[in-house]
Amino acid sequence: MLSFILRRLLQSVFVMLAVSLIAFSLFRFVGDPIAQMVGQETSVEDQENLRDRLGLNDPLTTQYGRFVSNLSKAEFGYSYRTRQPVSEMILSRLPATLELGAISLIISLLVGIPAGIYTALKRGALSNALLIATLIGISVPTFVIGIFLIYLFGVSLGWLPTFGRGETVALGWWQTSFLTLSGWKSLLLPAITLGIYQLTLTMRLVRAEMQDVLKTDYIKFATARGINYRSLYMNHAFRNTLVPVVTIIGLQLGGIIAFSIVTESVFQWPGMGLLFLDSIRYVDIPVMSVYLVLIALMFVAINLLVDMLYLAIDPRVRLKGAHG
Amino acid sequence: MTALLNIENLSVKFPTRFGEFTALDSIDLAVYKGEIHGLVGESGAGKSTIGAAVIGLLQSPGYISAGRVLFNGDDLVGMDDDTYHQIRGDRISMIFQDPQTSLNPLLTIATQLIETIRQHSNVSRSDARQKAISLLKETGLTDVETRIDEYPHQFSGGMRQRVVIALALCTDPELIIADEPTTALDVSVQKQILALIKSLCAERNIGIVLITHDIGVINEITDHVTVLRSGRVIETGPTADVLGNPAEEYTRALMAAVPRLDKRLDRFRNIVSDDELNSDDTDWHIQDASAAYASQWLLSNNSSQQRPSAKSDNNHDPILSVSGLEVTFNSGQPGWFGKERGFKALTNINIDVFPGEVLGVVGESGSGKSTLAKAIVGLVNPSAGSMMFKGDDLPPGRHRSRKHQARRQIQMVFQDPYSSLNNRQTVEDIISEPINFYNLSTNKTDTRKLVASVLNLVEMPQRAMLKYPHQFSGGQRQRIAVARALVAQPEFLICDEPTSALDVSIQAQLLNLLKDLQQTFGLSILFISHNLAVIRQMADRVVVLKNGQLIETAGTEQFFNSPSDQYSQQLLRETPSLTF
Amino acid sequence: MTTWWRRWSRENELAWLFLNNRVAQLAALIALLCIGGAALSPWLAPSDPYDIASLDIMDSLIPPAWSDIGDERFLIGTDDQGRDLLSAILYGTRLSLLVGLLSITFASVLGVTVGLMAGYLGGRFDAIVMRIADIQLSLPAILTALLIDGIARGILPRDKHDSLMIVVLTVAIGLSLWVNFARTVRASTFVERNKEYVQVSEIMGMHPLRIMFVHILPNILGPVLVILTVDLAVAVLLEATLSFLGVGVPPNQPSLGTLIRIGTEYMFSGEWWIVIFPSAMLITMIISINILGDFLRDALNPRLR
Repeated sequence: MLSFILRRLLQSVFVMLAVSLIAFSLFRFVGDPIAQMVGQETSVEDQENLRDRLGLNDPLTTQYGRFVSNLSKAEFGYSYRTRQPVSEMILSRLPATLELGAISLIISLLVGIPAGIYTALKRGALSNALLIATLIGISVPTFVIGIFLIYLFGVSLGWLPTFGRGETVALGWWQTSFLTLSGWKSLLLPAITLGIYQLTLTMRLVRAEMQDVLKTDYIKFATARGINYRSLYMNHAFRNTLVPVVTIIGLQLGGIIAFSIVTESVFQWPGMGLLFLDSIRYVDIPVMSVYLVLIALMFVAINLLVDMLYLAIDPRVRLKGAHG
Repeated sequence: MTALLNIENLSVKFPTRFGEFTALDSIDLAVYKGEIHGLVGESGAGKSTIGAAVIGLLQSPGYISAGRVLFNGDDLVGMDDDTYHQIRGDRISMIFQDPQTSLNPLLTIATQLIETIRQHSNVSRSDARQKAISLLKETGLTDVETRIDEYPHQFSGGMRQRVVIALALCTDPELIIADEPTTALDVSVQKQILALIKSLCAERNIGIVLITHDIGVINEITDHVTVLRSGRVIETGPTADVLGNPAEEYTRALMAAVPRLDKRLDRFRNIVSDDELNSDDTDWHIQDASAAYASQWLLSNNSSQQRPSAKSDNNHDPILSVSGLEVTFNSGQPGWFGKERGFKALTNINIDVFPGEVLGVVGESGSGKSTLAKAIVGLVNPSAGSMMFKGDDLPPGRHRSRKHQARRQIQMVFQDPYSSLNNRQTVEDIISEPINFYNLSTNKTDTRKLVASVLNLVEMPQRAMLKYPHQFSGGQRQRIAVARALVAQPEFLICDEPTSALDVSIQAQLLNLLKDLQQTFGLSILFISHNLAVIRQMADRVVVLKNGQLIETAGTEQFFNSPSDQYSQQLLRETPSLTF
Repeated sequence: MTTWWRRWSRENELAWLFLNNRVAQLAALIALLCIGGAALSPWLAPSDPYDIASLDIMDSLIPPAWSDIGDERFLIGTDDQGRDLLSAILYGTRLSLLVGLLSITFASVLGVTVGLMAGYLGGRFDAIVMRIADIQLSLPAILTALLIDGIARGILPRDKHDSLMIVVLTVAIGLSLWVNFARTVRASTFVERNKEYVQVSEIMGMHPLRIMFVHILPNILGPVLVILTVDLAVAVLLEATLSFLGVGVPPNQPSLGTLIRIGTEYMFSGEWWIVIFPSAMLITMIISINILGDFLRDALNPRLR
């Protein structure tokens, strides 16, 4: 068990090193950093001096080492576009994205899992309606959903704001919209928009896994033993679907972060996605590469968490280490 | 005495895209308390469907179209599901075939037992636990107090089946349906489990329906038997009467097809063939193609072919000689930490196969018999030892060139006819592949003629070459596989459990075919099987493997009459057999 | 009645299932109409939306023909530059489908090859390739596509970038989807590799490439077909999303996503048609592909039968 965790940790470190290498090559080779920093009129000599001062003439391995050590100290450099420190820019955008992502994840799990179980177990009008809904859910692009929600609740009905975060309250550096009514109102539409696609995926996956598990011998045997249906479905069947479901939920967190880019763009939500999108439009390499590293860090953390959950769920994984 | 279970006129149908398929056709059956009632038949007989219908878990879309299932006088057909579900487990329980898959992997044995007990009776958790412990002891599990809190994957196959039985028993049911309860187990474990079932039946006075394809098992423990075929009852009665003096031709044929442990027969009785051929199939011919042509081609083109008379003549040098063979598998992936752990599948194996001889290899699962075959054909790389083929060194798979002559001269027939043929190729493509690959024919017309002829040789219609594997039954596929091996003009054939996936009647046909081919072409065969009776029918000499080690080598008659090793004796004792 | 297709459908289970599934048939019909309409757009469309010279700014933002101030030249109205919306949608669908099909071809060829080799050869190649696939899988497709697009913007000069945009998009989307093919093909190959027909070929001494492509590949086409369909929908969706975000196709050649983005700017002022019609087209197309994908998945999945 311990070696399992250690192995996963080691793998995570390798993944982070690989990603930072990509980020470094982005930073170093895509476009000329000097050309981005200085104006047209700067002399070649001055440029060369600057190059020297910034260490861009050092061996690549040294530069990469410095890049990694700067990253680990959260010194991310300056944006080409705004000339602000990247760390400040990201820090100011982080809470918005995390709050949006958290709420949509909760929506997608709270609705998706029960709906998935229901459609796996029951046939009938409601089940069919839900299945048709999922088909629409995976087929309608997130941005179209966003646009229609804006049109319906923002423009036609005028109930909810259509852009921005509303009023926020500062908790230290963390600007939260959880503490004001207008914050919640602003959060609702983007969170639903972002949540629907993930909800659909969750539901379809839970349904498929559940159907597979219901066909296994051990469920047939438990049915033949007359175990009551509630325990049969929840304790026996659903528990066995958890391993794949947890895997996908891990992947979904990634999906939420990715699709937050789209949602933030539709709702002009001042989060990291919008920042990333701008950095792509303006080829703002430092922001892009830091965003990449941060996202990778999040993914690695999520994957580690998923692995820990496996340990909790599945005795076969848990006891493998104990037996050698 | 009234019957515990009385099935009257039961019919079950499955709607399919070709119309309704009748799985059970007006079955009548009675099971009494304290007796084991065997249901026996080949695949498609409907024996498992009866079990599923009784416990009310027919696989969708199957349904009961007529008849009654009376359990203690109550009709189970048409009972509402809630009431039915109360009966399931409480009064009727079930034992499934595969202990590897019938326990919930995420719950401990204790949890599963306690939940089942408490589902059907109002006892406290600790009382339920006590009961579970005593039940597990009763089923012969050792160290129960600590092992009860372990998970299913920590038990071996035989132990799991004991747990399954404990689960079926824990609510004190009146009737247990056991669907092939020992099919997935080795003979030694099978013997113990059968004994357990028999003693539980007697001690607890419960009725047991035992579903099996194995007449040996029926003979060993059942009191009554019902022989089924294609969803109909052929014959029913006390086991001794039915097997001792079968009234129906089918029962007699079925028994005759079972290989006997006590004597060697030249040929098996051929059961009425169920591969019904229509005239479309038999009238289709390729010009000049015939079984005789195939025989002639196989005999003439191979100068080194042994004469049948050469059989077991020890003056010859062995055609294949294996010495000091050792195979080690790495368990799991080589870890980041710790050293590589190896698992020895074979240790110091020495075997000689003489020209024209059939060498039988027997052993239980995990004995390394398939690994031996794979090492010879080069699929597995030995870690030590050497092999000689026809007097020349036979390099291990890693070093055996793609053009090495042994790759043609040694051919293999595998166990599973459903996986040994490529489903996306026609039978013609499948059989002509070796011909083209080894350049054994010069033009397309000849190849076609050869394919058609060799199909005749394995007793298949020539038209089969136009079809795809999925259009054939298991036995037919296996004959196609034999045909594919034959067209390579091999001198040495390895048969790895060639009949263990087949029904006995089909097995009999295939064994007859293999015997014929072996005699006609003087093939040397390494014949691998877990079934001692099959080995007795096929082999000239026998090799016994256990846990990767060679236990005994002996001539067949000598081995079956007086095996020298203790393990061999035990194997022979434990194999269920027909003594009629 | 025993017409030839009924006889054929008896032999072929997939065909039988299809002939008994009205929804799948309808979806196939719609998908065919979309593809047909897109392919024939130069002949079907009333005008050429890429021809800037023919546009008249006076024609901009005309509502559909059936409204009071509609213009019968423009059946479903015009956009902000006076383009006929119907023509723009037909051309846009063509562009979206083209990018979708190209990228899915790219992804499938790459993914199937890598998956076959990883699954059949195993060992170090498998370990490395699948590690990469795992990492990439945790990066969602849209993020990968955005990143590749961003890098292309950094490397290519701006004027070249627009003309190469379709290539960049194809590569970006293709590279973000190959993992699905590779993982599925690898898993299926793993199963096939241990089947005895493959071992027979190995014993014969057949070349690994022949075993992989002649023997194994035809046996794993079922799952590949499912992913091909499902991921075609994903690719079309991705292209639309990227174009909507303004990092996709250049604005002078609008795809459906671009049209929707333009439409949102006018949505608040009541010009609803610019956003509604392209969205409807996009959704119809993706839903019909997804229905087909679901149908294939259920039909080809032996576990569900």
